[in-house]
Amino acid sequence: MSKILVIAEHQCGQLNASTARTVSAARAVQPEAVEVLVLSDAPDAVAADAAKLEGVSRVLTVARAENAHPLAAILAPQIAKAAAGYSHVFLPSTTFGKDVAPRAAALLGVAQVSELMGVESAHTFTRPMYAGNAIVTVEADPAQTVVATVRTASWPAAGQAAGSAPVEALALEATLPTHTRFVELRQARSDRPDLQSARKVVSGGRGVGSKENFDIIYKLADKLGAAVGASRAAVDAGYCPNEMQVGQTGKIIAPELYMAIGISGAIQHLTGIKDAGTIVAINKDAEAPIFEVADLGLVGDLFKIIPELEQALG
Amino acid sequence: MKILVGYKRVVDYNVRIQVKPDGSGVVTDGVKLSANPFDDIALEEALRLHESGVADEVVIAGIGPANLGAHLRNGLGMGADRAIHVVSEEAVQPLTAARVFLKLIEKEQPGLVILGKQAIDDDSGQTGQMLAALWDRPQATFASKLEIADGKAKVTREVDAGLEVIEVDLPAVVTTDLRLNEPRFIKLTGIMKAKSKPLETMELASLGVESGDHLKNTHYAPPPKRSKGVMVKDAAELVAALKQKGLL
Ligand SMILES: Cc1cc2nc3c(=O)[nH]c(=O)nc-3n(C[C@H](O)[C@H](O)[C@H](O)COP(=O)(O)OP(=O)(O)OC[C@H]3O[C@@H](n4cnc5c(N)ncnc54)[C@H](O)[C@@H]3O)c2cc1C
Ligand SMILES: Nc1ncnc2c1ncn2[C@@H]1O[C@H](COP(=O)(O)O)[C@@H](O)[C@H]1O
Repeated sequence: MSKILVIAEHQCGQLNASTARTVSAARAVQPEAVEVLVLSDAPDAVAADAAKLEGVSRVLTVARAENAHPLAAILAPQIAKAAAGYSHVFLPSTTFGKDVAPRAAALLGVAQVSELMGVESAHTFTRPMYAGNAIVTVEADPAQTVVATVRTASWPAAGQAAGSAPVEALALEATLPTHTRFVELRQARSDRPDLQSARKVVSGGRGVGSKENFDIIYKLADKLGAAVGASRAAVDAGYCPNEMQVGQTGKIIAPELYMAIGISGAIQHLTGIKDAGTIVAINKDAEAPIFEVADLGLVGDLFKIIPELEQALG
Repeated sequence: MKILVGYKRVVDYNVRIQVKPDGSGVVTDGVKLSANPFDDIALEEALRLHESGVADEVVIAGIGPANLGAHLRNGLGMGADRAIHVVSEEAVQPLTAARVFLKLIEKEQPGLVILGKQAIDDDSGQTGQMLAALWDRPQATFASKLEIADGKAKVTREVDAGLEVIEVDLPAVVTTDLRLNEPRFIKLTGIMKAKSKPLETMELASLGVESGDHLKNTHYAPPPKRSKGVMVKDAAELVAALKQKGLL
């Protein structure tokens, strides 16, 4: 029987939404137990949130000052130690999980499944390759611990349980390196919904033309209560910060509504939005590849269409 | 300081990948192959560190089949000083690649290793982190800025929340993100010079690494197709259609 350890992602004392999605993937394995590990300097609030997730049977915490920031070199040895007794260790396929999971897997001497999108059995999974152009069935060795990152866009968030799972402090003997030090995190403050969990997303591309022009994308998003995303070209051109990039090398998202404005629809961008409910494309080029995947397409100049849209929205 | 760079050859990013009808893999016959874009960025960064005097030698390494030489010559043409070809007819998975790189590190003793954050064929994104773990050295993944001074690297990393800055002691493994730099084009003079640069070849089997390929890729399928949508004629029609779908 399988027993799965999910490594919680958290920031500023709050459980990240990616953890609840990772728990859903873990439950799909139909294990005997799903447990969550919280590595933090002050794990209590995060652990309490994790304990309320449906399907979680126990939450383990390690409180160490070194865990104040999610540094892979610090976290991986603890995860490798904590993994004893578990058949699977799952992390979200966010930059947090992508950084830490392979380091933990290598310490355990095992392979890793990246971007797990489907579970066929306890050791058989599906994952994307070639920018999502091939969905590959992978079989992991049942004799080894399965370390995987979970493609969060493929999984719903686990719901809230009626009660709360027990929270226990875990004593770990792990020597931690001092060769890696956190300096700072630069974040663009925003009151808009979080791109990775928003139900609606409005994205702008190179067609928007400038940083100043990007304001019309923000305005439209605010009117819709949507998060804002961007193509790589828009980020590279400096119209908006990197954390807004959607695609193969940015964020992979699955909102109910995705609006691509002035985005051509390069394969690397489409990888990031394949699981969106409804895709709307606005582009002045009727031949743009984005129209091949759009559920609703509108050909025209975005600078004319967006004001009209705002008016029609009332 | 010597810099070791991972230089993988992959299916070019512009190729429209086709899954073979029998599900045994993707079509690679006659398909354009190029350097992994992230590895061109890794090499560019190493060359810049060389040019600014921080590094004194740039060595590229590729693990791949016998015909990988031309690809490595391109890297030499771009400016690398030396190339190492680890011959393996079978594609290697990240844990094996990391074990191979560890062997190369033992031989070469680099002060810095730069790999791509992911190879765009397998999209694993693991080798750098695994290598850093096996080597017991720091890792700085998804780098968009790299500053080296006093035996340390200050690295700006592209993370979901924004930009994270960390400081690591050298030697370390850095993996590149797209905005780290824009790789130069290979010049004709570079290609000429590359012909006489050293390219060392060794068999993977001769390195004595344990095989780490424990994942079996048993079936390939094309992704589910999205059905073709409808075109609307103006903003009002778009809003009406969104309302009808219950999205507004
Ligand atoms: C390894 C690799 C990874 C990559 N990862 C990503 C990724 O994660 N995400 C990503 O997005 N890209 C990624 N890319 C880049 C990708 O290939 C494209 O270059 C990029 O997505 C193009 O962005 P764009 O559509 O905004 O720009 P363009 O392709 O230049 O398209 C701009 C569009 O705007 C339209 N337009 C212009 N003016 C107007 C107007 N006034 N009104 C309406 N429409 C207008 C044009 O018709 C055009 O279709 C990656 C590339 C590589 C090589
Ligand atoms: N066969 C290989 N040859 C050279 N470099 C490799 C190879 N495999 C992986 N790498 C390096 O590791 C990075 C990440 O690869 P991956 O973990 O497969 O996504 C690549 O960008 C390369 O720098």
